[in-house]
Amino acid sequence: MIAAGRRDRRAAKLAVVDARGDIRHLPRAALADLFQAGDLVVANDAATLPASLAGVHDASGATIEMRLAAWLRAGDPTRFLAVVFGAGDYRTRTEDRPLPPVLARGDRLTLGPLVAVVDDVVGHRRLVRLRFTGARGTVLGGLARHGRPIQYAHVPEPLALWDVWTAVAATPAAFEPPSAGFAVDWATIAGWRGRGVGFATVTHAAGISSTGDAVLDRLLPFDEPYRIPGGTAVAIARARARGGRVIAVGTTVVRALESASDGAGGVGAGDGVASGRIGRETALRVVDAILTGVHEPGESHFELLRAFAGDALLGGLVRTLSADGYRNHEFGDAMLLERRPLRTAAGMAAA
Amino acid sequence: MPINIDLSQLRIAITGGTSGLGLALVRLLTARGARVAFVARHADAVAQVAAETGACGVVGDVGRKDDIYPIALQVTGNLGGLDVLIHNASSLGPVPLALLADTDCEDFEAALAVNVLGPFRLTKALLGALAASAREGRGAIVITVSSDAAVVAYRSWGAYGASKAALRHMTAIWGEEAGADGIRFVSIDPGDMDTPLHWLAVPDADRSALRRADDAAVEVADALLAALPAACLAGVEG
Repeated sequence: MIAAGRRDRRAAKLAVVDARGDIRHLPRAALADLFQAGDLVVANDAATLPASLAGVHDASGATIEMRLAAWLRAGDPTRFLAVVFGAGDYRTRTEDRPLPPVLARGDRLTLGPLVAVVDDVVGHRRLVRLRFTGARGTVLGGLARHGRPIQYAHVPEPLALWDVWTAVAATPAAFEPPSAGFAVDWATIAGWRGRGVGFATVTHAAGISSTGDAVLDRLLPFDEPYRIPGGTAVAIARARARGGRVIAVGTTVVRALESASDGAGGVGAGDGVASGRIGRETALRVVDAILTGVHEPGESHFELLRAFAGDALLGGLVRTLSADGYRNHEFGDAMLLERRPLRTAAGMAAA
Repeated sequence: MPINIDLSQLRIAITGGTSGLGLALVRLLTARGARVAFVARHADAVAQVAAETGACGVVGDVGRKDDIYPIALQVTGNLGGLDVLIHNASSLGPVPLALLADTDCEDFEAALAVNVLGPFRLTKALLGALAASAREGRGAIVITVSSDAAVVAYRSWGAYGASKAALRHMTAIWGEEAGADGIRFVSIDPGDMDTPLHWLAVPDADRSALRRADDAAVEVADALLAALPAACLAGVEG
């Protein structure tokens, strides 16, 4: 559990970075006082699956850790793309984890109360398509009892589901938490509501963020299904019509909204799949600002930030936040990065 | 409850679904077409009710902190979201009932765990799903099953009465806080029912004077429909 990290949530920091690169340092609780009437904040309400499953490769008797990494059919909890590690657990850095035994199509894996069959090995010894035997409810029950949240060596305490579900977490869709959402609690949403700042959600199935294997990491992010509720599409259109900004909570919201872009600043409602990367070459059509964790060059999340700001600005930002002691892991501090300047009060009045 | 009402758009979770009022609610609401997930402690009883009603059974104990998120995961994973949460599971505290002065602390704690902390934790874990339902205009409702013992000081009902009073008040405060998020909270007192819980509490009661759980379930379902936003009700009337 990361009780310590939870307790100092109100002490967490927030860097507000405008399009010129000027930084304001605020307590994260000040988030409720940011933005202007007519703006819309969009968060990812995906709850996080306990996607790490310890078990045994039946044929060899070798112990393995299976990390569910992506859906094969959105919402079907009996079939997944998964990354397999040999013996050990999150306390060993993923880069140092041994390979699993050689897996072959049809191999049975016993994962606690669950039994899974390897349908395919997908071009790499660690990457498989997996099918659980049993009905949906049985598999969900087995995952709920036996699965653990995917976690990494930099957080030593074992995580529980309540550590990785954001306040707005709704249906289990993500494989790792949409962690920017940890900054948003119900009082924050109430604060926005009181000031005319809208709040809406998408459900985006955030996939595994790192495998520790350079070859596999180049394939990330895997295709991620998302759902955009009708109300969210309407709220975005309304914000646009009023000259309000769309603020994405986290990189997954950027992926979903830009993937669903109608090319005119709005988005289409419904189900979709986000594929490919967002980066320096991407023209953002929907999102005006991103609330995100503090990321470092080389991480795929950092690459996405290059769609918001130039390398000089981002480089200076990383140095400044590092020097100021900002914590850069998923339970750490936050920054708000704007794609274009805040509208002035006069601009608001005109709108 | 009008006999012809169709609830097929509603996704409903019920705790304590294998006995008494909870079982009657699972039967009634599945018969009306609702998509129901229910929670109970004993796997055999859960499997039996699931097979009988077609509802999705979840094995878990709402009085245990470690069970709450696995329950929430299975409820929303199986139903694809959640519109209505019914906190029905109850603990009497000491059995047989006892004066407070004779009540073991552990029995009082058990009553608080099941009757207060459990509903608090499960509501919190499922609040995101309920708020999502509200944003989609589906009408998010939390119903807690209360008791006259929450209001009246009955001798020897101390652990149960105090915990039900806390539950009733907590429900009212949730309602104040989450109303703006579109989530409605309702406390219902179904009266003294002819259920296993009541047999435990009052073994020598005249059962013919007690209310049938099936009748109380209709009242709860009516309250549920009354709490749904008008737009949703228009959508569910068959």
